[in-house]
Formats: sequence, C-alpha cells, structure tokens
Amino acid sequence: MIAKDLVRKQRRWLIGLLGLIAVTAVVSMGLGYASLSFDRLIPTLLGQGTFKEEFVLLKIRLPRIAITLLAGMALALSGAILQGITRNELADPGIIGINSGAGVAVTLYYIFFPIDAGVFIYLVPVVAFIGALAAAILIWLAAYRRGSGLHPLRLVLIGAGSSIALSGLMIVLISSVDRFKVDFIAKWLAGSIWGADWPFVLALLPWLVALVPFVLLRAHRLNLLELGEPEAIGLGVPLTRERVWLLLAAVALAAAAVSVTGGIAFVGLMAPHIAKRLVGPRHQLSIPIAILIGGWLLLVADTIGRNAADPDGIAAGTMAALIGAPYFLYLLMRK
Amino acid sequence: MKPLGRPRRAAFVWTMTAGLAVMAGMFVVSLVYGAADIPFRDVWQALFSREVNDQILIIREIRLPREIAAMVVGAALAAAGAIMQGMTRNPLADPGLLGITAGANLALAVGFAFFPALGYFGMTVAGSIGAALGMLLVLGIGTSRRDGWSPLRLVLAGSAVSFFLYALAEAIGIAFKVSKDVSMWTAGGIMGTTWRQLAVIVPIVAAGLIAAMLYARQLTVLSLSEEVAAGLGQRTAIVKAALSVVVILLAGVSVALVGNMAFIGLMVPHIARALVGTDYRRVLPMAAVAGASLLLLADTLARTIGKPYEVPTAAIISVLGIPFFLFIARRGGQRS
Repeated sequence: MIAKDLVRKQRRWLIGLLGLIAVTAVVSMGLGYASLSFDRLIPTLLGQGTFKEEFVLLKIRLPRIAITLLAGMALALSGAILQGITRNELADPGIIGINSGAGVAVTLYYIFFPIDAGVFIYLVPVVAFIGALAAAILIWLAAYRRGSGLHPLRLVLIGAGSSIALSGLMIVLISSVDRFKVDFIAKWLAGSIWGADWPFVLALLPWLVALVPFVLLRAHRLNLLELGEPEAIGLGVPLTRERVWLLLAAVALAAAAVSVTGGIAFVGLMAPHIAKRLVGPRHQLSIPIAILIGGWLLLVADTIGRNAADPDGIAAGTMAALIGAPYFLYLLMRK
Repeated sequence: MKPLGRPRRAAFVWTMTAGLAVMAGMFVVSLVYGAADIPFRDVWQALFSREVNDQILIIREIRLPREIAAMVVGAALAAAGAIMQGMTRNPLADPGLLGITAGANLALAVGFAFFPALGYFGMTVAGSIGAALGMLLVLGIGTSRRDGWSPLRLVLAGSAVSFFLYALAEAIGIAFKVSKDVSMWTAGGIMGTTWRQLAVIVPIVAAGLIAAMLYARQLTVLSLSEEVAAGLGQRTAIVKAALSVVVILLAGVSVALVGNMAFIGLMVPHIARALVGTDYRRVLPMAAVAGASLLLLADTLARTIGKPYEVPTAAIISVLGIPFFLFIARRGGQRS
C-alpha cells in the first residue's frame, strides 16, 4: 500500500505542473520572431484573428509547442525506464548513444533514398527507431558480461564512447554527399526542433498514447528491477523478458522523440531525477511527474532558445545541454 | 631504475627504426596521392631542387605544410595521450575525451566573439588556455572524491563537461554570429595549413616532446602507482604538474591547429605499448612516431576517398577509433 498523504502530495504536484505547463505554453505562444501580442491570443484561437496572426499562432507556434511538449515527455519516460532497468541514475537516451544510432540511420536514409514529401515524415521515425534499436542492442551486448551481468557504469561508458564515434561516422557519411545536407545533419545533431508541423505531432503522439499506459502498468515490476537482480528474480519477475520489453519501449520513445526534434540529451536524465526528489522512488508515482517535468523542461529550453538569438535562435538541444550537463556533473560528484 | 638490457635495447632500436621507416614512407605516399596525383619525380624535385612547375608548387605550398602539420599534430596528440594514460593510470584517457578539445573550442568561440583582433598567434594561445581550463575542470570533477582518478568517472565527467562546453560555444557562436568562424577554424582540420602556422606550432610541439622525454623516467614510475612513486622519493605533485603542463601544451596547440581529433591520443599509446613495452622512455618516442604515421594515413585517406572532395580527417579517425574504444572499454571494465 502506498501512504495516502504521498498520493495526495503527488496529485498536488501533478496539478501544479499542469498549471506550470499551461502558463509556459501561453508565454511561449506570445513570444517569438513575429510579433503577436498576448491580448490577441484568445481571439486568434477562437478564429477571429487576422490572417497573419492565425498563421503565426496555428501554423508555427502551436505545432512547435505541441512537439516540444510531447518530445520532452517521451524523452523523460524513456530516461525513467532506462534508469530503472540499468539501475543507473546517470542513464539517458542521449548520453548512452541511442540518439546517435537514430542519427546515423536518419543520415543514411536521407542520403540514399529519394525524399518523397508525403512518405518522408512518416518513414523518418521508423528509420530512426531501427537505428536507435540497433545502437541500443550493440551497446547492451558490449556492456553485458556473462556472470556479472550488466554493469551499469560500464553501460554508460560504452554508450558515451559509441555516441562520440557514431557522430564521427555521421560526419563521414554526410560530408561525402553535399553541403546542403551537411547543414541539415548539423542542425539535426544540435537538436533544433526541425519537424515543427502538425503531421509530426501525429507521428509522435501514437507512441506516447500507446506506451505511457504500457509502462505505467509495468511500474511495479520496474520498482522490483531497480532493487537488484537477485531480489527481482526472488520476487518472481521474469528478468530477461521484462527488461527486453521495457528496453524496447524506452528505445521507441527516445527514437520517436529524437526523430522529430533532433539530438536532445539530458532531458531524459533530469526529469526522472527531479520527479523522484519530489514524490519518492515509486515508479507509479514518479513516472507521471517525470513525464510532465520532461515536457515542461524541453518547452522552456526551446522557448528560451528560440528567443535568445535572431533569427534562427539557439537549438533546443543546446539549451537542454546547458541546463542538463551541470546537473549530470552534480550527480556524478555526489554519487 | 634498472638500465635497459642489451638484447631488449636492440629490439627497441629495430622497432623504432621500422617505425621511422613507416613514417617516412607514409610521408612520401601522402605527398604523391591526393586530388591531383603527382609523380614521384616531381615530389623529389620539390623537396631537393629549386625547379618550379605547377606540380612542384602544389607540393611546396599546399601539400608539404599540410603533411608536416599532420605529422606534428599526430605526434603531439599521441604523446599527450600516452602521458595522460600513464599519469592517470587510465587506459581510456584521451585529450578529446577529457574536455581539452571542447575547452579549446569554447575559447576560440569566446576569442572570435569578444577579441576578433587576436590574430593567428593569439587564437592559438587562446585555444591552449581553453584546453587547459577544460582539462582542469574534468580532472577536478573526476577526482573530487577520495578514491582518486577512477577511470570510468573521469570519462563520464569528460563527456558531460564536453557536452556543456560545446553547447556554451555554440550558444556564444550563434548569439555573436561567429559560429561560422569557429567551425571554419576547427572543422578545417589540417586543410590549408600554411608555413606561417607551422612556424608557431612546430617549436611548441618540439619543446613539449623534449620536456616529455625529460620526465619519461618519472612517468614510468608514476604509471605503476602513486605510492610506489612517492616511496621511491618522487615528488609526485611536482611531476604531475609538470606533465600536465606538457599535455596542455601538446594537446592545446594541436587542437588549436586542427580542431577535434578524438581517439588518436587514445589508440596510439596502446599500439606503442604493445610494440615496445611499458617503459615510457620507449613508449613516448614510439607513440610520437606511430601517431605521426597514423595521422598521415588518415589524412591521405581523407583526401583520396571521395576526391576531389575531402572527408574530414577527424571523422575517419573517429570511425577507426570506435572498435578500439569498445575493445579497451571492455577490457578496462573487466579490471575495475
């Protein structure tokens, strides 16, 4: 049983975070390169704005806000799963090389297959998913050792090295093609929300709708896995099967997010941590909070980045690294 | 320390000679092949006569400075990596993985944004200072706990610090509209090295390598263990400080010249130790020669794979480096 006051505390945080996200979203709607004053937001949403106002709000800002929120949520959930199954609070889809795997796959696809505007959008997440999964399996195999199992720190270490090396591979691939595409990949790597349009929201949303309940249903097993291998086995958790399913879910979420936003690291690291600080280590309670924090973090990062410099702004991934890397170092020093 | 035995010394001399021969061979190959293949006779004339024609000009003005830069940088990075691995007793130490590259990158961004009048020498100095700060930051965070320089912790700290410094450099680059200058500087690699640049770089690297050789004996003892070194009467703090300065000089100017070259400093010392053992009086020269050869090879590949376009040399090095890193990480992980 979970203590009642803990549940109540979690409810309060949930409502608080939802409010925070709403406020941030409104601020984000009113800020940007093209001016759109705050008192025009509601009329525009109700369909009474000028053509320019409607265009800016409905075609540019709203889809971008939706994408950053959803991507942040997916990354946070992915990070929470990875931290749980590796029993390593430093795990993050970006740091352990899943992003770069997706990146290499997207690069290959981008170079070698003709781009068909209609199909491209929906195939990119699929391709990214395959790449991320391949990278995750490779890293898992490299870090796994018969007998001692999966050493968490080794997993992060090998992931970090692979991520550097895969970025190198991406540059080799792309530089053999042409200059315009190099730009695309460079921006992709920096995590500049490139797919900020409604179809990309549709490409991302199903993953979250399907996988959030899937993971929440498994939250209890995730709790047990985090206790340690012998404990989990002793309590009757089918270890390998659970891990594989959860890992697949984590990879799918990270890949889906990264394929529309580009390489974003550290959100998946920070959000689950902060959530556990707020409501304790039970995944049933912490995962919903982590998801909301992740969405909010990325939305804030993108809103700041978008307005920090004209005209292109600073990539959301860069902002996330500026905020997240010190947090990672803090964790590293404390542990 | 025991004097080196005679038969082993002979073996070392042979290995070293072979290494030098490979390096010289690679040097000639790198001069001959490229976007325009140039007959060996012209290469010879470019080096040893005063004649002038188009081919000879290509060699003298473009390829020769570039390949000399490749040798110098390869030697400097490999030696820096060897020193770091010995000093931290960390098989995974590498200037690129320990924040040096990212620090230099950030310093260049700051230099271009706030002091655009620095000029070539000033930028090189700025890059070296940035490299020093990046490395100190990583070493400081990686060693903040009492159990010393844990290899894994150091790499993790390096990776996060690098992430952070790169992000900072990018933010400055975009905010002050200098990202193009910075990336031109760092992504250009060895491309377009001039004789004037070499005149700045070569003396610094030479001084660094000589200083490294002077401390090679202490480094060997230090690479065994801190306690042994202290027990043998070594003032470890001073030796480590001196060696750190050497690393910063070597890696700093290299990075300032060619940008990111991760993995050379990681791979080459391992190859050198496999060839000549663990005595750093032998490892250092061997690593320098092997590093020079490797970078010559990588640069020649970079110029010829997709000619007339160039693939970034750094990218080729990182691709070669992946399997190596995984291998070392697995082995290193087993021990820890």
